[in-house]
Amino acid sequence: MKNLEDLEKKINSELTTKINKTQIKHNQIYLDTDKDHLVDICLFLKTNNDTKFRQLIDITVVDYPERNQRFEIVYLFLSHEFNQRLILKYSISEHEVIPSLTSIFPSSNWMEREVFDMYGVSFKDHPDLRRILTDYGFEGHPLRKDFPLTGHSEVRYSEDEKKVISEPVKLEQNFRNFDYESPWEGTKYIKDEIETNDKKN
Amino acid sequence: MTKKIKNLNLNFGPQHPAAHGVLRLILELDGEIVEKADPHIGLLHRGTEKLIENKTYMQAVPYFDRLDYVAPMNQEHAFALAVEKILKLSVPIRAQFIRVIFCEIGRILSHILNVTTQAMDVGALTPTLWGFEEREKLMGFYERVSGSRLHANYFRAGGVHQDLPQGLEEDIAEFCESFPKIINDLESLLTDNRIFKQRNVDIGIVTKQDALDYSFSGVMIRGSGVPWDLRKSQPYDCYENLDFKIPVGKNGDCYDRYLCRIEEMKESVSIIKQCLSKMEKGPIKSLDGKISPPPKKEIKQSMEALIHHFKLFTEGYRVPKDEIYTAVEAPKGEFGVYLISDGSSKPYKCKIRAPGFSHLQSMDYLIKGHMLADVPAVLGSLDIVFGEVDR
Repeated sequence: MKNLEDLEKKINSELTTKINKTQIKHNQIYLDTDKDHLVDICLFLKTNNDTKFRQLIDITVVDYPERNQRFEIVYLFLSHEFNQRLILKYSISEHEVIPSLTSIFPSSNWMEREVFDMYGVSFKDHPDLRRILTDYGFEGHPLRKDFPLTGHSEVRYSEDEKKVISEPVKLEQNFRNFDYESPWEGTKYIKDEIETNDKKN
Repeated sequence: MTKKIKNLNLNFGPQHPAAHGVLRLILELDGEIVEKADPHIGLLHRGTEKLIENKTYMQAVPYFDRLDYVAPMNQEHAFALAVEKILKLSVPIRAQFIRVIFCEIGRILSHILNVTTQAMDVGALTPTLWGFEEREKLMGFYERVSGSRLHANYFRAGGVHQDLPQGLEEDIAEFCESFPKIINDLESLLTDNRIFKQRNVDIGIVTKQDALDYSFSGVMIRGSGVPWDLRKSQPYDCYENLDFKIPVGKNGDCYDRYLCRIEEMKESVSIIKQCLSKMEKGPIKSLDGKISPPPKKEIKQSMEALIHHFKLFTEGYRVPKDEIYTAVEAPKGEFGVYLISDGSSKPYKCKIRAPGFSHLQSMDYLIKGHMLADVPAVLGSLDIVFGEVDR
């Protein structure tokens, strides 16, 4: 469907219970759903003649460590026929395993490997779930918010052992994160103080 | 007597000139036929997305130069557009023209590199030498406008960093006159060349359906006959006011993709010419003092300008809570930025969608059943740059 509003109506009427929320923003349509409905929704979006989202652009994750359902999985779709973009999202908690889309979109293979590598989210029925971007034998998931920017280990060539070795990171100075927010709008320590005072009262 | 024959595993790269960077490709060979290809990527992984989360919006721009380092400004464009859309900033018309000119220069830069190195991979040396002379001129334009040949850091949310220096417009116009002749020279070396055709025609064929399934974009999908170009279908900046054609291939093989790139270069030259003729004097960045830094002269005289300058280069500007996906037609395909802002001056999350990532993924499907010697030809026509694949 050419019109985004019509598309929103169509999706809402066809997938009623499977969709939690729809929204149109920046000329794109955003859908919220649950893990269990993912495969059904993707099949519908790909095959239905009014949607035809036949290209999966990317899969990614947003990490919100403070939430109960920590990871928000995001799928970006594109429909060439109708020239539209769709963003599909759902939240999961840390150790949940999610369904793989490799049988519907072959291109999701590497995208899911990247998600697994960067965030440690596992996929069910993925044909080849290995790390992809990080080094062989890497530990941890770098794009999680609790992974330090400087990493845990560094690599160098050791003259004694005549080979490349991996060691814990040693830095002369740690990465410094300055609080530049304007004092009259409340820097972090002032905000924190106010918050604790509020809680006490 | 029965003989047991085992397939040979061959490491192609990571140090191989035809791998176009640091690609380790593990090939399973049955004689000279490739049975399976398993690309190992990530040797150039620098954690760009993590770094961007820890920098202000202005400091994040240089990281985009380091993705696809043969066409830096096209990447910056995607990020600038994403921030502008969230901030609801309007970009002055002159800035739009400047950005389009430099995006098209980036496209020519990238296509020259790709066409000539693809030729080199299949045995022709001269195109590289001729093509790189032109790239040198284009990088000269980059240097004159931004101060550096590769890592430009020139686009800003709301416009560009500074106006074109004197005389640059004339020099770019002059280049547009002389360059089509060079393209013709390159074509005379390659297009009808027997060896070049033998190595590229009917190699690495992509069907329309597979191009969709494997998330192809850019030349990879146009080579298969799908007329899809974001500059036309979802125009950004001033592309809708410009007149250009979308070259489309027929067979989806390496040769068609080469032809598409050659034609695209010609279109790019025409786009640059149109921009130069339509461009008028005017502001080159948003006039909103909260977003774009004041000129140096004003800082010396105006208190407000001084405060703005100080705030912009310490805290940076804040971007309201929102999320957006914006994509541009980079030379290699759809380059997208999925940006989540949380109201502070740093992005909460910035996912970079690199076209090369999905193209390289299809290596196994493209090369299966081909000969070992076709690997460089297919790899060359995929147009892979590891800066963006590994991020």
